[in-house]
Amino acid sequence: MVAESVRMYVVLAGTWMRAAAQYPASMVMLVVTQAAVTSLDLAAILIIFVHTPRLGGFSLPEVMFLYGTAGVSFSVADILLGTAERLGEHIRQGTLDALLVRPVSPLLQIATEDFSPRRIGKLVPTGAVLVLSLPRLDVHWTPDRIALVPLMVAGGIWIFSALWVLSATWQFAVVDGKQATNSVTYGGGYLTQYPLSIFGRDALRALTWVLPLAFVNWEPALRVLDRPDPLGLPVFFHFASPLVAAVLSLLAALAWRTGLRRYRSTGS
Amino acid sequence: MRLYAWIAAYAFRRYSTYRVAALSATLTNTVFGFLRAGVLIALWHARPSLGGYDVADAVTFSFLTQALIEPVRVFGGSLDLTERIRTGDVSIDLHRPADLQGWWLADDLGRAAFAVISRGAPPMIGGALVFSLRWPSPATWAAFAGAVLLAMLVSFGLRYLVSLAVFWLHDDRGIHAISLVTTMFLSGMIIPLVVFPGWLGTLAHALPWAALIQLPADVFLGKRTDLLTVYAFQTAWAAALFTAGRLLTMAARRRLVINGG
Repeated sequence: MVAESVRMYVVLAGTWMRAAAQYPASMVMLVVTQAAVTSLDLAAILIIFVHTPRLGGFSLPEVMFLYGTAGVSFSVADILLGTAERLGEHIRQGTLDALLVRPVSPLLQIATEDFSPRRIGKLVPTGAVLVLSLPRLDVHWTPDRIALVPLMVAGGIWIFSALWVLSATWQFAVVDGKQATNSVTYGGGYLTQYPLSIFGRDALRALTWVLPLAFVNWEPALRVLDRPDPLGLPVFFHFASPLVAAVLSLLAALAWRTGLRRYRSTGS
Repeated sequence: MRLYAWIAAYAFRRYSTYRVAALSATLTNTVFGFLRAGVLIALWHARPSLGGYDVADAVTFSFLTQALIEPVRVFGGSLDLTERIRTGDVSIDLHRPADLQGWWLADDLGRAAFAVISRGAPPMIGGALVFSLRWPSPATWAAFAGAVLLAMLVSFGLRYLVSLAVFWLHDDRGIHAISLVTTMFLSGMIIPLVVFPGWLGTLAHALPWAALIQLPADVFLGKRTDLLTVYAFQTAWAAALFTAGRLLTMAARRRLVINGG
């Protein structure tokens, strides 16, 4: 079933890609501008470090590492599922009905909609920063630390993917509510670029127990960068990202199915 | 003049229809106010009087920028006019007994007026519930209102040009992205212009985008009391952009006749 979904995703995304490739000049420009949009937060970080060698006790390579891991996780999830946030638009215009009669999951159809290489533009700056940050880190690379880097990126992708679906589901209830969930998706993408400790202990608790964005990169990064946990959580938490991601995606799947089952067409 | 007042009033009403959308957007603006404040607090803890701001200034700045996002449309982009140019409906607009630029300016000011209420107040209130923000005196409020009004004019001037570009470009997404990046970065939205280093800071302060966020914020925070200079800067850019818009409208009108038919 999973294999079939993946195959279908690739087929649909490929169709949209072929469509986008008909206008190569436009496509190149969109990749470049998309990369520039994504680099804005990086520009902010670089300007901050013109003025201070450390932000909240973290050095530039360390913040670049956080930016890179969070950025790659967020952009891959955004590339794969970001257009899920168009659900409200489909409900309002009645086009969701058309998606429902096709023999492919509506989530797959919305996620691949308008898929174009332009989306890759988001991955370029974040991926580059992650690669550049690794050799600059003052880290004693043990096997567990080396293993944690790909693990945290994969976990982060998984967590953000679940959050994209969860926040899209919210639009079954509030059709015009897309922008509110941006604080979870884009807000999550923004805040995980920084050491979460700068937002204070209360925020850190909330980001661990309520909205578990701390597991995107903060918890595993504490181990990689050899930092004490400000909340004094057990070592297990450093490795808990996949578990958190699994729980979140279970919730997302449940919410999506419930939303779809309750959906009543507007008839338009 | 009465016609334009009507256009503005109808735009206000049109935008005030989508209250849930406005509410959910303002919620996200408020959340981002807290996130940006968190980052700036960390920076100002490391450098307590950076750029002439203190921590309270920096925190207030974070929420103020979020409050100004929609009134001055910091995410750049264009007017609904873009869509009308693409579909050709603009030919109807050009036949109306009203000036195209004036029509859309009135429409945009109506939109901005609703945005001040629906999108401007909540982030400031949200921020004030948690932090002690820097509130201006009544006189400064008045000065700030003037600076925001001029910021709206500059913002319109920029977006009108972006909209008209669609007469010549087939795909407007590229220019929209460029407008987004320049506006976000050079207005002070991403990080205050006062911390831009060296020549970058000088350049950013001279460009029209500084008139959108940084200058109104500096007036609000009492950093700029030379109101005449501030207003003159904003007015000069608005005038330049309006003139460019007028010339481009004339060129577009000729082009439309050639291609239309």
